[in-house]
Amino acid sequence: MRTTLGALLCSAATMGAAQAQDGVDLEVMHWWTSGGEAAAVGKFAEALDEKTPHSWVDGAIAGGGDTARPVMVSRIIGGDPPAAFQFNHGRQAEELIEAGLLLDLTDVAEAQGWTDIVNPPGLLESCTIDGRIYCAPINIHSWNWMWLSGPAYEKAGLEMPTDWTGFIESAPALREAGVTPLAMGGQAWQQSGAFNNVMAIAIAGPEAWLSVMRDKNADTVLGEDYGRAFEAYAEARDLAQGWSGQDWNQATNAVITGEAGAQIMGDWAQGEFAVAGKTAGEDYGCLPGLGLGAYLQTGGDAFYFPKQDDPAVEAAQKELAALLLSPEVQVSFNSVKGSLPIRGDVDLTTVNECTQKGLDLLAKDQTLPSTEQLVSPDTITQLNDLMTEFWNTPSMTAEDVQARYAEVIADAD
Amino acid sequence: MANPATLGAAALSADAIGAGPMSGPRGARPRRRLSRGNVFLYGTLLLVSLYYLLPLWVMVMTSLKGMPEIRMGNIFAPPVEVTFQPWVKAWAEACTGINCDGLSRGFWNSVRILIPSLVISIAVASVNGYALSNWRFRGSETFFAILIVGAFIPYQVMLYPVVILLRELGIYGSITGLVLVHTIFGMPILTLLFRNYFASVPEELFKAARVDGAGFWGIYFKIMLPMSLPIFVVAMIIQVTGIWNDFLFGVVYARPETYPMTVQLNNIVNSVQGVKEYNVNMAATLLTGLVPLVIYFASGKLFVRGIAAGAVKG
Amino acid sequence: MAIAEDADRAPGDRPRGATRRPVRLFQNLQAKVAMVPMIFVALVVFLGGTIWTVVHSFTGSGLLPRLNWVGLDQYERLWSSRKWLVSIENLAIYGIFSIVGTLVIGFVLAALLDRKIRFEDTFRTIFLYPFALSFIVTGLIWQWLLNPDLGIQNVVRGAGWEGFAFDPLNNPDLVMYGLLIAGLWQGTGLIMCIMLAGLRGIDEDIWKAARVDGIGVVKTYVLIIIPMMRPVFVTALVLITSGIVKLYDLVVAMTSGGPGISSEVPAKYVMQATFGGQNLGQGFAASTMMLVMVVIILIPWAYLEFGGRRRG
Repeated sequence: MRTTLGALLCSAATMGAAQAQDGVDLEVMHWWTSGGEAAAVGKFAEALDEKTPHSWVDGAIAGGGDTARPVMVSRIIGGDPPAAFQFNHGRQAEELIEAGLLLDLTDVAEAQGWTDIVNPPGLLESCTIDGRIYCAPINIHSWNWMWLSGPAYEKAGLEMPTDWTGFIESAPALREAGVTPLAMGGQAWQQSGAFNNVMAIAIAGPEAWLSVMRDKNADTVLGEDYGRAFEAYAEARDLAQGWSGQDWNQATNAVITGEAGAQIMGDWAQGEFAVAGKTAGEDYGCLPGLGLGAYLQTGGDAFYFPKQDDPAVEAAQKELAALLLSPEVQVSFNSVKGSLPIRGDVDLTTVNECTQKGLDLLAKDQTLPSTEQLVSPDTITQLNDLMTEFWNTPSMTAEDVQARYAEVIADAD
Repeated sequence: MANPATLGAAALSADAIGAGPMSGPRGARPRRRLSRGNVFLYGTLLLVSLYYLLPLWVMVMTSLKGMPEIRMGNIFAPPVEVTFQPWVKAWAEACTGINCDGLSRGFWNSVRILIPSLVISIAVASVNGYALSNWRFRGSETFFAILIVGAFIPYQVMLYPVVILLRELGIYGSITGLVLVHTIFGMPILTLLFRNYFASVPEELFKAARVDGAGFWGIYFKIMLPMSLPIFVVAMIIQVTGIWNDFLFGVVYARPETYPMTVQLNNIVNSVQGVKEYNVNMAATLLTGLVPLVIYFASGKLFVRGIAAGAVKG
Repeated sequence: MAIAEDADRAPGDRPRGATRRPVRLFQNLQAKVAMVPMIFVALVVFLGGTIWTVVHSFTGSGLLPRLNWVGLDQYERLWSSRKWLVSIENLAIYGIFSIVGTLVIGFVLAALLDRKIRFEDTFRTIFLYPFALSFIVTGLIWQWLLNPDLGIQNVVRGAGWEGFAFDPLNNPDLVMYGLLIAGLWQGTGLIMCIMLAGLRGIDEDIWKAARVDGIGVVKTYVLIIIPMMRPVFVTALVLITSGIVKLYDLVVAMTSGGPGISSEVPAKYVMQATFGGQNLGQGFAASTMMLVMVVIILIPWAYLEFGGRRRG
C-alpha cells in the first residue's frame, strides 16, 4: 500500500518503530461499526499505517459485544488470535490473563510512563493483575448523565429543570403538552444501566453504591438509601410510559425532536446531538449525576493483545499499544469518538458546555469506577435481567425489585 | 441455518405412501364453472398469498425509495421516485468498520466457501447414504442414529467443542476448516436424504451389478450416480440455502478476510448508531438472499419432486 | 423413521450385498472405509461434543472451559433463574402454537393446491420462497412490518382508522405471537410441500370410492385422507419440533428477548450465559437441559415408530 520509502521515512519518525525490521499486518477486532465509531477507529488505523511500517487489518463485527465476544474468544481458544481486540475495560478479560493468553505490556507501559499519565489511575488498575499491565486503556466514557430536551420544555412553557426533583415536578406539564417525560430504549442494558450506574449513585449516594458494587453488601441494598433509589426508578418507569423504541439512539432522537423530555444515558449520547447540529445549553441540557450529587464513573474501552508466537508480531503489538496512548492519537481518536482522553496532559481542541462539566468533575476527582470494573459480567447479566423485567412488568413494586436485587448482590462474586 | 436441518428431517419420513413421484394433482375434481367452491378456493389462496408476498413487496419497494420518502410515507406504497442508489450503496459502498466496500467483498467469499462445501458435503453424504442403504454392517445404524440425534442439537452448543477440534486439526480459521464445519453439520440431513433415496432403487439392479462383479465404488459410480439426479438437486438446494445463509459458523470459524456475505449483512444492518438506512438495509437483505431465492424460483417444481422422492417415497 | 426403516424390511430381503457373498468381509471393508468420515463425525463431533458439554456443565467454567467441579450448582442456579423459567414457558407457548399452526396451515394449503387448480406452480413458489431466507432476514422484515410507527399499524391509522392498535412486539403478553407470525411465514411453505407430496401419494381410487359412498370433500379429508397420511404428519411434527428447540435467530433479530425478558428462549439463554455473562458452566448446564428436551421429544417418537412397526 505504502511505498517502502514512505514507510522508512515514517518509521524513522517514531521512536517505537525503530526496532521493527519489517512491517507486519496487525488484525484488530472491535465492534465499533457505526459512523462515528468507525471514523474514530479510522484514526487508529491511519496512525498505525502512517507512523509505523505495519498495517491495520480491520476486523469489525457489528451487533455489539455479545456478537463480537464469542468470536474473539473462539479465535483465542482456537489458536488463531487477532493481534489486538477491544474489550470493555474491567473484569471481562481476567480469565484470559490468568490463563496466560494475553501479552504482558508492562515494558511498554514503563517506557511510556503510563502510571504517570493515565488519569484517573483506576483505569490502569483495571488493566493490572499482580503488578503486570495487560491492556491499553484508550478512552473514558461515563454513564452518569441525563439529557434534557430544549424543544420539549419549550412546548411545555417551562425552563429546563436543574435536577431530578425538578424534573419530576415538571413531568405533569410535559404530559399535558403531549410530551413523554422520559425516553428509554427497549434493551436490557439501557434499562439496567440507568439504575445501576446513574440513579443508584445519584440518589443512594456514592458510599452506598460502593458498598453494594465493590463490597457486595446486600444489606445496603435493603437499606433506606437504596430504597429511595428504587422508588425513584419506579417513578421513572411511569414517566417513560408512552414512548417505545429499541435502540438508545432512537431515544436520544426523541429528545432531540422534543417528542420526549429527557433521557438517562451515557456521554456517548452527546455524539448524536452533535451529529444533529444541536448546541449544548440551548437545544439540549445535561445533568451529570441527575443534578443531585455529581459523580462520574470512569469506565471506558481498552485494547488487549493476545500472545503470538512470532516475535516480530509481538514487537508490532507493543508498538501499537504505545501508539494508542500517544498524545496525538488520543486527541484525534477521542474528539471523533466523543469520549474523554485517558491522559490528563492533553487538551481536546473544542469543548462544549457539557463536556466541560465532565472535565471539571474529572479535575475535581469526583469520580467512581465503572460498574464493569467492580462486578463480574455474570452478575451484570443477572442484574440486567432483573431490571429489565421490572421495567416491563408494571405489577412489580419497588420493594419486590429491591429484595431480588439484594439476592443477586448476595450471590455476586 | 435452521432451514436445511428442518428440511432434512423431511427425509425422515421413510414411509410407505406408495405412489411414485408427482403424478399430478389427485384431489377431487373441481367443477369447471365459477362455483361458490371455486370462489372460496381461489379467494383463500389469493388472501394467503398476500400474507406471504407482503414482506417481499415491502422489501423491494423500500429498497427503491430514498430516505426522505421512507420517513414520510406509507411502507406499502410504491416509490414515487425510483432510485437504485440503495442497491449501489449496499453492494459497493456500505461500511464495515473502516472498510467501505459493501457486500461485494463478502459475496465472493461466500462463493469461495459455498462451492467446496457444497461439493464435499454432498459427495461425502451421498457415499454415506449409499453405504447405509446398500452395504450395511454391524453398528452402521448406530452411528447413523447418533448422527440423526446430532441434527437436533442447537448449533450454539457445539461452538466450543468444534473450535477445539479445529485447533487440534490445525485448520482453525482457514476456509478448509469452514468447509469441514459445513460438511459436518450438513451431514445428518443429507445422509438421511441419500439413504432414503438409494433404498428406493430397485434391488434387482443392485443384484445384477453384483453378479457382474462390480464392487462398492463400481456400483456407486456406474449404477447409483446416474439415476440419482433428483436427489442431488434437492441436496444442492438445501446446502446452497444453508451455507449461504449461515452467519454463526462464518463469523466464528473464518477470519475477517474470508468472512461470508452474511457477516457483512449483519454489519450493515446492525450498526447501532446514527440514522437507520432502511432502504440500504432492505437492498442488502435482498442482495444477500438473491442466490437462494433465484435457486428456489428456478427450481420450484423440481424441489417438490425431490422432496417427494427423498422424503415421502423413501 | 430412519431407525424405523430397518424394521420395515423383512429379515429375508435385508442382506443387500452384505450377507450374500462369502467375500463380504473384504467388501464390507470398503464400505467401512467409505463410512469413516461419517463414523468420525458421529463419534467425535456429535457424541464427543455432547459429552464434553455435559461434563463441563458440572464445572464452574467462566470465560474458558476448565474442570473445576461444582457439582449441581449450575443446575440449581438455572432452575432458580426466572429468565430460564420464562424461556421454557415461552418455548412451550411458541411450540404449541407453532406445531398446530404449521400443521393446519400447511395441510390446508396443500389440500387447496391439490384440487387441480390453475397456477399451482405460482402459488407453490409463493408459499415456499420465505424458506429460502435466513431467520435473520425474516426477523428483520417482520420487525419492520410490526413496528407501530412504520408498519401495519401506521398504515391502517393513516387510512383513517385512528384507534387501530397492532403492536405485538412491544406488548409482553403478545410478543410471542408476534414472533409466531414471522415463524409461520417462514416455515409453513416447507410443511405444505411435504403435505403436498403426501397427498399426491394417495391413490385416486380412494377419492372415487368416497364419492361413490357420497362422503363430502371435507369429511373425506378428515376421516380418510388424514389418517392415511399419519407418517407424513409424524415427519412434519418432528421437523417442526426440531426447529422450535433451536429457536434463536428469529428472537434475536425481532425482539432481542424483550420487552423485558418476555420473549426469552432457551437457546438465547445459552448464548447469553456463555458469551454475555462469560459463565460457560451455566451455558453448558442450560445446553444440557436443551439436549434433555430433545431426547424427551425424540425417544417416544422413535419408540412409537420403531417399536410399533416391529410388532406389525
